Amino acid sequence: MRKIIKMEGLCCANCAAKIEEGIKKLPGVKDVTLSFMTQRLTIEAEDGREDAVVEEARKVAKKIEPEAGFKILR
Amino acid sequence: MTKKQKKMVFRLTISGMFFISAVVMENKGLWAGLPYILAYLFAGYDIPWKALRNIKNGQVFDENFLMTIATFGAIVVGSLEEAVAVMLFYQVGELFNDYAVNQSRKSIQELMDINPEYANLLRDGVEEQVDPYEVNVGDTIIIRPGEKVPLDGVVLRGNSSLDVKALTGEPMPAEVEAGSSVVSGSINLNGVLEVQTTRLFDDSTVAKILELVENASSRKAKAETFITKFARIYTPIVVGLALVLAVFPPLLLGGSWGTWLYRACSFLVVSCPCALVISVPLSFFGGLGAASKTGILLKGSNYLEAMADLDTIVFDKTGTLTNGKFQVSDVAPVHGVREALLELAALGEYHSTHPIALSVKEAYGKTVDTGRIGQVEEIAGHGIHAQIEKDGEWHDLYIGNRKLMEQQQILVDTPSEILGTTLYLADGREYLGAIVISDSIRPDVPAALTGLRQQGVKNLVMLTGDREEVGKIVAGKLGLDQVFGNLLPGDKVSRVEELLKEKPFGKTLAFVGDGINDAPVLARADVGIAMGGIGSDAAVEAADVVIMDDDSSKIVDTIQIARKTMGIVKQNIIFAIGVKIAVLILVALGYASMWAAVFGDVGVSVLAILNAIRALSYKRIRP
Repeated sequence: MRKIIKMEGLCCANCAAKIEEGIKKLPGVKDVTLSFMTQRLTIEAEDGREDAVVEEARKVAKKIEPEAGFKILR
Repeated sequence: MTKKQKKMVFRLTISGMFFISAVVMENKGLWAGLPYILAYLFAGYDIPWKALRNIKNGQVFDENFLMTIATFGAIVVGSLEEAVAVMLFYQVGELFNDYAVNQSRKSIQELMDINPEYANLLRDGVEEQVDPYEVNVGDTIIIRPGEKVPLDGVVLRGNSSLDVKALTGEPMPAEVEAGSSVVSGSINLNGVLEVQTTRLFDDSTVAKILELVENASSRKAKAETFITKFARIYTPIVVGLALVLAVFPPLLLGGSWGTWLYRACSFLVVSCPCALVISVPLSFFGGLGAASKTGILLKGSNYLEAMADLDTIVFDKTGTLTNGKFQVSDVAPVHGVREALLELAALGEYHSTHPIALSVKEAYGKTVDTGRIGQVEEIAGHGIHAQIEKDGEWHDLYIGNRKLMEQQQILVDTPSEILGTTLYLADGREYLGAIVISDSIRPDVPAALTGLRQQGVKNLVMLTGDREEVGKIVAGKLGLDQVFGNLLPGDKVSRVEELLKEKPFGKTLAFVGDGINDAPVLARADVGIAMGGIGSDAAVEAADVVIMDDDSSKIVDTIQIARKTMGIVKQNIIFAIGVKIAVLILVALGYASMWAAVFGDVGVSVLAILNAIRALSYKRIRP
């Protein structure tokens, strides 16, 4: 299942790359992209683990970029 | 500007004023250091704090930390002026980045501002404003002037012009009346329309396009991945070098600690990777924006990269190079007027539903007086023998192919080179003339092909399921390099695979189709380009590049946009890395001060961003 999250207030493209890298290492994540320009985080998660994955991703994002928003679009 | 940015402008102005007064005072008196300290605090009080917080979170090498160490170091060695300058200009650079990025986000959002917020649903004669999601297929909606068409549908009542610029890049409005279909995302300009919906919102054009545009940035170009990878190793290396610079020369070579600490701090200023990283995705984002402004949607920046290196373009014939519609292209009567010959053919073919008969009737265009049609006999595989009344007399009319004429021992002209079917007409034994029905080359194609050649595309290939001879005639007219005919859909894939092997290394191959029956080929090519994206779900799904209207010259635009974007990306990468390395060397050797380091960080980032913004503007230039 694909989850799409809006991350408003990302400060820099390098942080975005770091968050993407961090989420990629999480268990249950098949693929992930975070576009700094569109501020969209797209996570391709294993079926049934979406919610857990999104929660872990939120923690990763919070660590690297505490100021950025984390709004689940769908 | 956002609230956050305005606050920053205020802080930086105050800081700048303190900084200038400090420089003017030039260490006169006891309190000379105070304006420096105030300037530093106003500009960057939050940076050391953020650095501490991020270290707690396990983020060591972030730019807050680097800036904190660099400025504290500068203060320690007594370079108060430089410390403030580094902090002040770093923040100015950040503010500028933020502003530039926001602006280009906004301009692209405005460009793609096609999302309808509501629909006026007509329920039991009462109009109600609802979310487009709530409208079912077959419902009736009202669209007023100035409103966006929320769902795809067919006009029941009303006339209007629709602005389709955001969808196709086409500046001319489309005229619609009862019976015409309307595409969601277009804007109703002048009349009230009553529309019956034909699709749910999720399946409507606007939803598909938005989905595509929003996901576009998730497929990253190689240049983008390269730069983030580079940044990951660049910062630790420069920080490591800074450490070496601070410790070893004073210990081993007996240099002064102050000098080398100053140089090490300058290194830290240049080590920030952000400028480097931001300008690349910003350029690609601009390129994708410029393309969608022209009515071209790309599914990722990697396709911009691929489009810049096109060597081979493979076209599907029917529907892409030709109209795919059989039309009367020539009427050649032996005597008399063309109209009269066409009328006879239309009368004779009146009852037939054969595609050729339909084209003849369409070309004639007038209603046929059925009273003039007598006995009609269909001669299978040959044509028609019909009794037709003309000037009060009944005539024995033969309409059909060459075989029919030979059977009736009628002498006919030999046809010239044609790519269609010839219909011969005879009145008894007397030959009347011929009508040629053929598929025609799309009017936009020849200019587009010339444009592609000018862009350096070497190999233009045509694939067709049609007969090879027909394919060859079309290819000859258009000046294509290779033609393959009699192909089944599966054969097209294997042909494209062969062409992929033949193309030069580092170059790419594109397949252009209309999305009907060619999804596997679109997927197999390096870049799959679908024409006429509006209204064709298959095309939008299968292709990598969707040309919204069916103007094939937009492939040329796509190449131009791709080349411009790639040019900017390369300039930025080379410029940013080049300047940074040059500054590092000069600083290490003592030829440059911390001011140069500030340029290596902020200056480079501002220039790279200004350059990246150029990608957003594209004007169609045609010879």
